[in-house]
Amino acid sequence: MSKRRPYVRPMDGWWLKNPYYVRYMSREATSLFVGVYALILLAGMVSLACGETAYNNWLMAMTNPVSIGFHLAALAAAIYHTITWFAVAPKVMPALFLAGKRVPDIAITTTQYAIAVVLYLGLFCMVWRV
Amino acid sequence: MMKRSNEPVFWSLFGAGGVVAAFLLPMLIFITGIALPLGILPPEALAYDRIHSFASGWPGKLFLLAVISLPLWQSAHRIFLSLHDLGIHRGREFCRWLCYGTALLGTLIPLILLIRI
Amino acid sequence: MTDIEKTIEIEVMRYHPEQDASPVFKTYRIPYASDQSVLQGLQYIKDYIDGTLSFRWSCRMAICGSCGVMINNQPKLSCKTFLRDYYPGKIRVEALQHLPIERDLVIDATDFINKLESIKPYIVPREARSLEQGEYLQTPEQLARYEQFSSCINCMLCYAACPQYGLKPEFTGPGVLALLHRYNADSRDGARADRMQIVNAEEGVWGCTLVGYCSEVCPKQVDPAAAVNRNKVNSTLDYFLRFLMPGGGESG
Ligand code: SF4
Ligand code: FES
Repeated sequence: MSKRRPYVRPMDGWWLKNPYYVRYMSREATSLFVGVYALILLAGMVSLACGETAYNNWLMAMTNPVSIGFHLAALAAAIYHTITWFAVAPKVMPALFLAGKRVPDIAITTTQYAIAVVLYLGLFCMVWRV
Repeated sequence: MMKRSNEPVFWSLFGAGGVVAAFLLPMLIFITGIALPLGILPPEALAYDRIHSFASGWPGKLFLLAVISLPLWQSAHRIFLSLHDLGIHRGREFCRWLCYGTALLGTLIPLILLIRI
Repeated sequence: MTDIEKTIEIEVMRYHPEQDASPVFKTYRIPYASDQSVLQGLQYIKDYIDGTLSFRWSCRMAICGSCGVMINNQPKLSCKTFLRDYYPGKIRVEALQHLPIERDLVIDATDFINKLESIKPYIVPREARSLEQGEYLQTPEQLARYEQFSSCINCMLCYAACPQYGLKPEFTGPGVLALLHRYNADSRDGARADRMQIVNAEEGVWGCTLVGYCSEVCPKQVDPAAAVNRNKVNSTLDYFLRFLMPGGGESG
């Protein structure tokens, strides 16, 4: 008879057992803020379609301190999402080769930051220019 | 033989949403949720007439649909997978419908509204 | 040289399947020397303190891949990790995370080996060539497309780093998928369609949520996370292209 009795360790609470996993779970948690913000935009979209009064009510609701507090947290979450997204993108994109050499990950990540800055500024200026 | 997964459908939407979230959301959140309410931006910036005419043109429609729908798919996908990470297995099918169903509604509603605007 | 009088504490996971219900930790005090690896520390315990301690090793030079353990909660090759990196602190050595423990630091690698076999970890020639036709030529770029993924030494550190494997052992896992990619990305190989069936499955690349720790712990810079996630793109193309192309995609 076999005396083997392989022991399988439980997985409970694994996400707290390594700082790397804590960062991973924080990254996943940013999706809660992203989702709620998209729903807030959806509400704005619906109110826009309903007419001027409804839309102004939506704008009014956005000035509520609770709303501003949420958006500050959501901004932090969105920035964390952006940083982690740009960091892993080179691992997901097909390997890029220039003149027979692979483009290093850092070059891809940096390029994304450059594009993001242009888009952020472009968006802000577009909204600002009344 | 192993069964082909349907994940590519959800993963593509997740990926598109993640890209939109990374390249636009930080500034969008700042504009709509912080700068405008606090008066950093003038109130006319997002005034009804301005946004309504923006939503009437095709670039505006596409933009609004993209920033509402795609981040919802990104979020739904991550939340659903996190349930597995957290070891929550009860009501798995219900959660699947809840997550992706919300994202689907969040796509169809703006789609219909934007076409009619 | 005062190294000779210094000592360091090693806490080692012990599990005897016939005596212990679950693993227990035992602490040993061993002589410290700055050039000693953790593996040499374990060997000291086995030779001079407790001969029943079981662990795997062979090459002592980070090439055979058999000495992987958790050192202070991180997957490491014990021959490539040195006491000096922890001294004067304590070192805690456990069997590789997520893998069934056979005894002490020895894990059961059966699942890994079966998965490794299933991906055809060898080149299936794209075109048969006779000796007179000479060798298969590759450009430096064709080599660069798979070279890093061919450095894998099957040490399973990436499996110990992967919570998705721990949560769902059916997941093919980082190391094997990286090797799968190594052959699929080789211009001489012709078995891509077969391997894509594994890639496309729930147990294939879709079991991954890009935690990314696997690439961090890999002692050979294989970057298994990149191999797995680039194949999500491949699998997605394969998924949609089969509707566009007559006769289906690469693997139908
Ligand atoms: S990919 Fe790296 S960590 Fe994983 S088995 Fe191979 S060498 Fe070890
Ligand atoms: S003993 Fe061979 S890799 Fe450590």
